[in-house]
Amino acid sequence: MKNNLTEIILSNGLKVLLKEIHTAPIISSWLWYRVGSRDEVQGRTGISHWVEHMQFKGTPQFPANILDKAISREGGSWNAFTYIDWTAYFETMPADKVDLALRLESDRMSNSRFDSDEVASERTVIMSEREGHENEPLFQLGEAVQQTAFRVHPYHHEVIGDMADLRTMTRDDLYSHYRAFYLPNNAVMAVAGDFDTQFMLARIKELFEPIPAGKEPARLARSEPSQNGEVRLSVEGPGATSYVQVCYRFPIASHPDFFPLSVLDSLLAGPSNLNMFSGGISNKTSRLYRALVDKEYVVSVHGGAQATIDPFLYTITMTVHPKRKPEEVLTALDREIQRVREEKVSKEEITRAIKQARALFAYGSENITNQGFWMGYAEMFADYNWFQTYLDKLSAVTAKDVQRVVNEYFKPQSRVVGTYIPAEGRRT
Amino acid sequence: MDQVKSSLPGPNDIYREVLTNGITVLTRSNFNSPSVVVSGYFNAGSLFDPDEKLGLADFVTAAIMRGTKERTFDQIYHELESVGASLGFNTGVHKSGFSSRSLAEDLPLLLSLLSEALTVPTFPKTEMEKLRAQLLTGLAIRAEDTSDMASMVFDGILFKGHPYSRPEDGHPETVTKITRADLVEFHREKYGPRGLVIAIVGSVKSEEAVRQVKRALGGWQVKGQKEAPELPPLKLLKKTVSKHHRIAGKSQSDLIIGTTGPMRRDPEFMPASVGNNILGQFGMMGRIGDVVREKSGLAYYAYSSLSAGLGPGSWEVNAGVNPQNVKKAWGLIVDELKRFIQEGVTTDELADTKANFIGRLPISLESNGGVANALLNIERHDLGLDYYQRYEGLVNEVSREDVLTTARKFIDPDRLAIAVAGS
Repeated sequence: MKNNLTEIILSNGLKVLLKEIHTAPIISSWLWYRVGSRDEVQGRTGISHWVEHMQFKGTPQFPANILDKAISREGGSWNAFTYIDWTAYFETMPADKVDLALRLESDRMSNSRFDSDEVASERTVIMSEREGHENEPLFQLGEAVQQTAFRVHPYHHEVIGDMADLRTMTRDDLYSHYRAFYLPNNAVMAVAGDFDTQFMLARIKELFEPIPAGKEPARLARSEPSQNGEVRLSVEGPGATSYVQVCYRFPIASHPDFFPLSVLDSLLAGPSNLNMFSGGISNKTSRLYRALVDKEYVVSVHGGAQATIDPFLYTITMTVHPKRKPEEVLTALDREIQRVREEKVSKEEITRAIKQARALFAYGSENITNQGFWMGYAEMFADYNWFQTYLDKLSAVTAKDVQRVVNEYFKPQSRVVGTYIPAEGRRT
Repeated sequence: MDQVKSSLPGPNDIYREVLTNGITVLTRSNFNSPSVVVSGYFNAGSLFDPDEKLGLADFVTAAIMRGTKERTFDQIYHELESVGASLGFNTGVHKSGFSSRSLAEDLPLLLSLLSEALTVPTFPKTEMEKLRAQLLTGLAIRAEDTSDMASMVFDGILFKGHPYSRPEDGHPETVTKITRADLVEFHREKYGPRGLVIAIVGSVKSEEAVRQVKRALGGWQVKGQKEAPELPPLKLLKKTVSKHHRIAGKSQSDLIIGTTGPMRRDPEFMPASVGNNILGQFGMMGRIGDVVREKSGLAYYAYSSLSAGLGPGSWEVNAGVNPQNVKKAWGLIVDELKRFIQEGVTTDELADTKANFIGRLPISLESNGGVANALLNIERHDLGLDYYQRYEGLVNEVSREDVLTTARKFIDPDRLAIAVAGS
């Protein structure tokens, strides 16, 4: 045990991370599976997310309407998330009630029923979830940009999946996907909070170790070929507001360039907040805000990247000022990116980015759920050490590094530019 | 359980002091993380807004960070963002508020920026016009949002002729009319120390936090700070009223069905909260979620909520459904409301919800922000510093009869407000 942290791999391959935190009588328990929308072929898009929904539909031991009530009754808060690279389940419980969460997760690792009637009613629930997304101009634009950026790699489609597949997937498709990926040797369990490590470990072993390991699931490995030329697209839809989204290629989280790029992100668009349970800060003195919002090209600008397993995207999203055209916005953006290329970044800007990251880390550590989140999340794209050494790696970044990565990654010929053109007041 | 109770805020660890100029300060220390949260509210809500300039209070709260006698807009945010701190203002009907946080070492900076924004904003003309364009774009986006529009239409029906029917962010035609002189006057007359409440929670000792507030705001005096106008009585609906607001090209419609609810200080608040949890919150969105989502597969979200504040509240059911399923979901929800006031709740349902309320309390108070909100809640509604320690008893007092009587008092299936926004 180091810094109250224990890391162990059970005999069936389940990796377990435990961190004692005795600041409040609360325990947050997380179970992460290495499966996400990147593991889906055409015809099955959205299947990982749908499986996540079915995990709330019951096992013989915890039938559907018992399961959700059981956690709520104990005052717990619980949820699940499906992302491009992973699927995660958590329960944050009063410390003396955590056993229920552990029993539930060990049970639904292999015993979920996937009842046909439940599959049928969940089909329309998920279609409704997608229809809700489709109401949003930025979902429409983001989906179009992502599918353009990834022709070959399965990052091509949105996590929710395509309507065509949501209509046609069967119960057996879902169940096969579940059985193929929901294995102890394809999962990481992370528990943070008010417990005794030896006691917690013994209980986890008792509940999870009997679940047999399975065949290591193969993950799709179709790498995206290099992009040789800017691609532009437009989406038309209702409304009176235009949006522009610009995406550059971004390296994987475990790549050393991830850190100078994070500093670059901080000074271009304000620091991205990687915490899931703690808000970020404003970006009104970032370079893009000053150049685009202050100068009234746009009314808002946001930028950020995700920590991923395969190279994904750095996305800049802008809401166009009513007096401006998307082309003017793009020209102003390019001017600003050119400036980072040509002029050396100051030491103060780097120091500032590090202080911002330090503050965001402190906010995230107020909350036990967020601490449990980080242990498993970091394991999905690197390991927990990535998180623990994040600030040190950021502190080692130099102005030269920032200049090098902007030239290497923010190239016009490898970007995708998307514009949302509103039906009302179309500006030409 | 003793350990749980001792973790809850109470008179033993909340410090409260009223400064000589009328500002109330509440603090609670938490040295587990090197951060601090500062939140609060003051009497300058949209209740003051004339109809033709609706959105004025909101414009002012957005504008006070755009330049002060001491610093420009860019300087204010440079100070804040350079240390990873945040400070934002928001507008309500009765009160406007702020929330901010920083590393504990930067608390003096946070308080001096808060003080400048509240006391000496300058409303620079150029910044104001930039802000107006941003506010108007926000309203254009709101007009396309099915959830926002359903909510506006719903308030328009339920609170017809009452200030609660008005959106705090105004309308394009009212925001366009607001002048710089309006902002200056609003700030001069309505901003002041009386009614200002500040909660500080985090890695700072209480006496030190209070000392810092005194230094930043203890000298603030405003002569003739205006009182908010009285709330007129609300005329209740005599029959069900429904409205469909069309927004072209939307794949999902938002549906709201509801009625008035208790005020936060009413004795019915706790029975209504417990009843509401059973109706549309507990587990997977309670009975409403069970019928609309789990059994019928009509919606991703379908839940009920209670909004209880200083005046009449609302008790509403929200659902996002395919435009073709609006009528079906509507029927199912009204049937559930009927069942709720006919049959009430079962003993098991009541026990489940009580356990849920009591068990989840420490989790809701886990972060500094959660505790700061709890302290402000105590102050705003005069709940007593021991409220969260008495909470378990208050929840356990609620009987099935209390829930039924309260439900029948507020919910009448023949007098509902129903709003739909979408294609």
